Amino acid sequence: MAAPQTVPVETPDVDEVPDADRAWVTIVWNDPVNLMSYVTWVFQKLFGYSRSKAERLMLDVHHKGKAIVSSGARERMEYDASQLHGYGLWATVDQG
Amino acid sequence: MTRPSCTATVSGRRWTRGSGVTMFRRKGRHCVAYFDEHEAKVLRQCAASMAAMLSDLDREDPAVMRLFPDAYPQDPDEAAEFRRYTEDDLKASKLEHVTTILSDLVESGGEVRLNEEAADRWLRALTDVRLTLGTRLGVEDDTDIETELDEAVLQDPTSVRVGQLSVYGFLTLLQESLVAALSR
Repeated sequence: MAAPQTVPVETPDVDEVPDADRAWVTIVWNDPVNLMSYVTWVFQKLFGYSRSKAERLMLDVHHKGKAIVSSGARERMEYDASQLHGYGLWATVDQG
Repeated sequence: MTRPSCTATVSGRRWTRGSGVTMFRRKGRHCVAYFDEHEAKVLRQCAASMAAMLSDLDREDPAVMRLFPDAYPQDPDEAAEFRRYTEDDLKASKLEHVTTILSDLVESGGEVRLNEEAADRWLRALTDVRLTLGTRLGVEDDTDIETELDEAVLQDPTSVRVGQLSVYGFLTLLQESLVAALSR
């Protein structure tokens, strides 16, 4: 086991974390055309989510207007957004 | 998002779900549907006009803006950068998907038999056509296609809007049936 910590640990101020190090998110927005069943199917297909998770996300999009569908490195989120655009979903990238 | 309304018409014919409207069904590893000549004509026209739209993108067109949304709505520079890297591929894939419909469905109609990959392409193409029509028709969350269609018919049964609403309703049921058949 480690010895008791005697040196004070500096807690980084959240505001000082460089932008690039913060988690990014992919957001899917509600739209009036896409079918609920189709959106669920897309979430399962693209992200490998279980049916229940995909349905929960779909219902969040439907009722709350949007849902975070993935999070991680910015490049990955841009990839996810472009894939979602390929399926006709309205997706954007943002910092989490 | 939406659930399909219960009836669809294509140019004057009105179908109730389960009573004649062409649907995909699961047959073994395939999703299968039988299109009559009229349905084939309508669907091929939709695909062809999508292909034309995609070949010559008008960025001011609200339907084009919906098919190619900004990934960074708050940041025009980042949005433009994202577009620079992704738009060509996105356009090419959308074009490929609508072209699939034109090659899978012959003018005279008949059987369409899709494996999982082909069903994926069809679903994406049907989505793009519905998004485009939905934008043209001003479909909103509480829009009831059935009611819209009744009103449009009363005003002018031969109007473009009646035709577009009919096709939109038809494509909605068709897509819903394909998702269901694929998920089985």
